[in-house]
Amino acid sequence: MSLIAKKEYLLKPSGTWKILTSPVGRALVALILVFVLGLVFHAEGAFFKVGTHRDALRQTSVFGILACGMSLVIIAGGIDLAVGSVLALVAVCFSLMCIRWGWPAWFSIPACLVIGASCGWISGFLTARFRIQPFISTLAMMVFARGLAKTVSGGMKISTAVKNPDGTYTYVDVPGIFRAIDSRIFWGNLTVVTLIFLGCILATWVALARHKWGRQLYALGGNEEAARLSGVPVRRAKIMAYMAAGLLAAIAGICQAAQEQQGDPEAGMGYELTAIAIVVIGGTNLMGGRGGIGLTLIGTLTIGYLEKILSINAVPEASRLMLTGVIIIMAVLMQRVGKK
Amino acid sequence: MTESYGKVYTENSLNPLVRMKGISKRFGGTWALRNVDFQIFHGEVHVLAGENGAGKSTLVKILAGVYSDFEGVIEINGVPVRFDSPLDACDMGVAVIHQELSLVPSMSVADNIFLGRPLTRHGFVSDQRQKAETKNVLDQLGLLVDADCAIDQIPIALQQMVEIAKALVRNARIIIMDEPTSALSAPEVERLFSLIVDLKKNGCGIVYITHKMEEIERIADRITVLRDGFFVGSAPAKDLPGPQLIKWMVGREIDQQFPRHQTRRGEERLRIEQFSVFPAGLQARPAVEGVSLSVHAGEILGIGGLQGSGSSELLMGLFGGYGNNIRGRIFLNGNPVLFHSPDQAIQKGLALLTNDRKATGLVLPLSIIANTVLADLPRLCSGGWRLPSRECRAAAKVMKPLNLQASSLAMEVNELSGGNQQKVVIAKWLQTEPTLLLLDEPTRGIDVGAKREIYHLMNEWTAQGIAIILITSEMPELLAMSDRIVVMHRGRVTAELAQNRATPDLVLEAAMGRKIEAGV
Repeated sequence: MSLIAKKEYLLKPSGTWKILTSPVGRALVALILVFVLGLVFHAEGAFFKVGTHRDALRQTSVFGILACGMSLVIIAGGIDLAVGSVLALVAVCFSLMCIRWGWPAWFSIPACLVIGASCGWISGFLTARFRIQPFISTLAMMVFARGLAKTVSGGMKISTAVKNPDGTYTYVDVPGIFRAIDSRIFWGNLTVVTLIFLGCILATWVALARHKWGRQLYALGGNEEAARLSGVPVRRAKIMAYMAAGLLAAIAGICQAAQEQQGDPEAGMGYELTAIAIVVIGGTNLMGGRGGIGLTLIGTLTIGYLEKILSINAVPEASRLMLTGVIIIMAVLMQRVGKK
Repeated sequence: MTESYGKVYTENSLNPLVRMKGISKRFGGTWALRNVDFQIFHGEVHVLAGENGAGKSTLVKILAGVYSDFEGVIEINGVPVRFDSPLDACDMGVAVIHQELSLVPSMSVADNIFLGRPLTRHGFVSDQRQKAETKNVLDQLGLLVDADCAIDQIPIALQQMVEIAKALVRNARIIIMDEPTSALSAPEVERLFSLIVDLKKNGCGIVYITHKMEEIERIADRITVLRDGFFVGSAPAKDLPGPQLIKWMVGREIDQQFPRHQTRRGEERLRIEQFSVFPAGLQARPAVEGVSLSVHAGEILGIGGLQGSGSSELLMGLFGGYGNNIRGRIFLNGNPVLFHSPDQAIQKGLALLTNDRKATGLVLPLSIIANTVLADLPRLCSGGWRLPSRECRAAAKVMKPLNLQASSLAMEVNELSGGNQQKVVIAKWLQTEPTLLLLDEPTRGIDVGAKREIYHLMNEWTAQGIAIILITSEMPELLAMSDRIVVMHRGRVTAELAQNRATPDLVLEAAMGRKIEAGV
């Protein structure tokens, strides 16, 4: 190795500082700070109970699943605003299939996944084929899917209370699949939804870090033209990213329906923004080309725990929203520490 | 406003309009200009000539106030001035008509002309006054344009005229035109030239940069030549005939820093016939028109040309970078092919090193390894799954002869110097084991040491039987490294020269549009 290279190496900070200023290190610092917040404001010991952590994870899992898909799209240099609406559409469809039509789970779940992936495919196709800005194409899909959810549900929540022609309600049983998804395992210490979330994290991690397609997403997010000239099938890789985001939104929609035991066409309003916030707090660059699923996992935990800590301390929603806003900015500013 | 450009100067006054004395300008460690003198008189067209990188643009940018940190003196009408910004220069009557126009496409003609200096009434922009004044100026220029029309609705030639109108409204006395005809058709050029004659009559001084010999012969009153940042000479156009001008521009000895070893020329690797490229769509003017050439195994074919020659577009079109916007026949090893996307070309053993490694070569946020294997992912993956250890070994292997200076292959390419970044791009293409390398400015912006290394590599590649097409804007590099030279001008081939026939004068003459028959 030449002299110059050695000198460059010497100039680099080493050890602890290096770990702290790495993307994962920065994201972890934010998470640890939130944890410390919990240890200090533990709401008379509530923070030390297993149930609190289980619930924090349960409540953040749906956001986390959306954030997995969002990470794929953002790393590829795009954005997907439609995930919240697709979640609602799938929640409505899933409830219709399971509660009203009594379809079996093995059929209704794949059907819902196809619905979500199709929505993603459409926004991806519009973005990749017609070069519509992803902000616009997914904004259109966001509005469209919301409308579709309302059409399919007739503007009503699809719940176990079925209205009879004479105006009375008949209550049907909650489908088994709903109960199964919303149940707890490990002696009541973990919810199935959280397990699904962790499965999504694992799947997207494998895709991003170990599959050819993942590398293609980084490449086209980092420099689309260079990727194209290196033989990357830009159009296909991009469409697949939006499809994956739609698919994950469908999974989130199924979880949401099971947790609420109903399909609400108004569900998921603003969830896309929470998902973006999670990705950004994790440290994935909105410009594309940089980031990872590990960061999104940390970001999900940061946001989830923050919400939980604020709520066990009975901080009113108004203050909670303001605090969340402040903390997003702080997290992003912190990611710049030690950068040139 | 109108009377200021109504006055007629019949001859040059003794005092120059602008005098630039002892201008020097440095970028980092390299001098872009060394002690250059430049004068512009009333009512003359002063052509600024020189090869790519001679310092023409730098000099013009200093005059236009873009660069304020230079050495030397500028006097306008005998008064020393110092510009801190383009706005200052504009205030002193200097206007630049850029190659790429600086108009706002969505705004109207009138709004563009008065952009930044609106005509107002009671503090509000007065459309009425602006339109009236615009009509006034356009009439003087003899232009039939609606002042309300949006800029992107009128042809490019008219846009250029609008730029000139904008300069006139600002009382510009010194008008700089940087290759104004590069986007114009022949009648539009005529229109521009007659306008220039009018401007001369009104006493404006015009600085005109061009790469086209015929234009110099037609409109130049005085010519100043720069070479490698030095002032070569300045003379009235009638005292500087074409061959003499070329000598001034080329002038330097070719030093023996180029280690080209001729290799045995193998069978024909690539032949293209009547190849045309339409980067802006099939309806627009092609950037490459009816080009035919061939390259053999173990041979370096150099393509010479000045800006706008179309050589980069030729390689990009060949490589499938323009999709379906190509016409013509290509034979690779005797088999007819036509690539409509880069991955098809890569599969057949082509590799294109583009001329801008940051914009089109590298994915800057990714690691050296990731960049190196990017074009070869399909072969390195197994069933779609990446094998990081295999990628790492492949990158280390292909990097070995390149002498890359980096602390680790996991570094982001962002953090590397220009020369090392170029080596990463080269490694990316070597990894695909190409049989035909298309090199577009492979030594642009890298230091001498790294350049020499790249020349040695080119020798090694040809020794292995790889065919190379080399584009370079540096004349010594072109002459020394090419086994054969093709010269292009505005999308067409104007000369094909064997290495022993090629001289700087011949290449430059052909690059400026003079057709040179084979065997001259």
